[in-house]
Amino acid sequence: MTELAIEVSDLRKSYGSVEAVRGVSFDVRRGEVFGLLGPNGAGKTTTVEILEGYRQRSAGQVWVLGHDPEARRRDQQERVGIVLQSCGFYPRVTVREAVEHFAKAYPRPRDPDETIALVGLEGKADARTKELSGGQRRRLDLALALIGDPELVFLDEPTTGFDPAARRTAWGVVRRLKELRKTVLLTTHYLDEAQALADRVAIVKDGRIVAEGPPDQLGPGSSRYRVSYFSNGRRVEHQTDDPTELLHRLTRDALARGERLEALEVTKPTLEEVYLQLTAEADIT
Amino acid sequence: MSNLALAWEQFRFERKLFWRNPSAAFFNFLLPLLLLILIATAFSTDDDELEVLIPGVAGMGVLATTFTALAFNLTLLRDEGVLKRIRGTPMPAGAYLAGFIGSAALNAFVQVALVVAIGNIAYGVERPQEPLLLVLFTGLGVVCFAALGVAFSHAIPNEDAAPAYTNAVFLPLIFISGVFYSADDLPRALEVIAGALPLKHLIDGLSEAIVGGSADAAGAAAVVGAWALAGVFLAVRFFRWE
Repeated sequence: MTELAIEVSDLRKSYGSVEAVRGVSFDVRRGEVFGLLGPNGAGKTTTVEILEGYRQRSAGQVWVLGHDPEARRRDQQERVGIVLQSCGFYPRVTVREAVEHFAKAYPRPRDPDETIALVGLEGKADARTKELSGGQRRRLDLALALIGDPELVFLDEPTTGFDPAARRTAWGVVRRLKELRKTVLLTTHYLDEAQALADRVAIVKDGRIVAEGPPDQLGPGSSRYRVSYFSNGRRVEHQTDDPTELLHRLTRDALARGERLEALEVTKPTLEEVYLQLTAEADIT
Repeated sequence: MSNLALAWEQFRFERKLFWRNPSAAFFNFLLPLLLLILIATAFSTDDDELEVLIPGVAGMGVLATTFTALAFNLTLLRDEGVLKRIRGTPMPAGAYLAGFIGSAALNAFVQVALVVAIGNIAYGVERPQEPLLLVLFTGLGVVCFAALGVAFSHAIPNEDAAPAYTNAVFLPLIFISGVFYSADDLPRALEVIAGALPLKHLIDGLSEAIVGGSADAAGAAAVVGAWALAGVFLAVRFFRWE
């Protein structure tokens, strides 16, 4: 068994003359939460839908759990759980009936009630799906994706439209999936979501990956620290790879001048800054 | 689970969905029966007319429960993303569609049985002359109109358009195909159109099976069968999951 759950190399997808995905490559290790982060229209969903077996690629290599998803092998689909971006449901069945029905398609399903509890819908198990709120419906989507006890779970923008409390609950579920040693491929346009959940993130822009790595080490400037303070009412900012040496020098000089460095700060750029910087650069090229 | 077992589970699930949807139950069962009873009671004390009306409403029942219901529901399921969701599970497409279409087929058989039973009990129309032929024609009609319903759903752009599209076929078709009166009394042009379409021939076949007579059952079966083949081809060729 390979250590990689997903291998993508030079994936391309065109719709007519429009190239939605332009040479994307990344790997996802087993047990890893991998985030595809990018603005709307960046090509995240197209990429994920190729991995899920919904679309045929125009070029490149794709392996999901050791198979080409285009073959749509049943034994592979039994090992994969999918939460689509937006997806309706039968309005007149209860949550439990839905989960129990979908369980039948899998060889070794999870327990329906336990799965309903996992996503926090135990209080709504006997409610019809049309009575659920948007956030609750999204949790039902998650329960239906997990009922087959998949090794790999695709989550396409799982919290879009959630209120903050519902997002925290959904994040808890993703963390629980990680504890269960599931592999998760998550797409999101929320930076904090990628930062909070993903072991590694690839930032996608205009059909290309512009940066990839653990969220706290992401981007070309990410190893640099920013040291800032106010001097004579003006903000001074330095960039450095070694803040220890720089701080020592700055504070020594300041002490020698008898000056206080007001609002002295050492910070690393947040993922948001990296993200905005990267996506802005990609706009220019 | 085997494909057959999964198809059975889907069929049972579809039955549950059907009975929970009051408007589906109304349009599939009550409306055709209501029309039968109203027309039979209001206009027809005449045995000849009853012998036209009973096979006609039976044929209309097959059309409503398969063609209309499937075209409508499939468009809804496709538009809402339910088909796409099912496509993302290991449920085999064949098992899913067998369960889904099987439920519509059961509705069609129940409807034909009810129409024939009401005709016999309430209006004294004789029991079906050829019960086996009745089953065969109902089955052929189900295959034909179910396939055409699935095929037609591909042409319906979205769920909001579904009622208009299905009724644009259903209403003219029942009026020219001899549901409420003999199609032989129609103007020549309409007769030619009706003769090219499958419903009139299904009703001819059902009429032969229920009341007997002079209809050309083999010829009727050939036309319905040809439409069935075309319907299956179009349904499979242009099937869309999303």
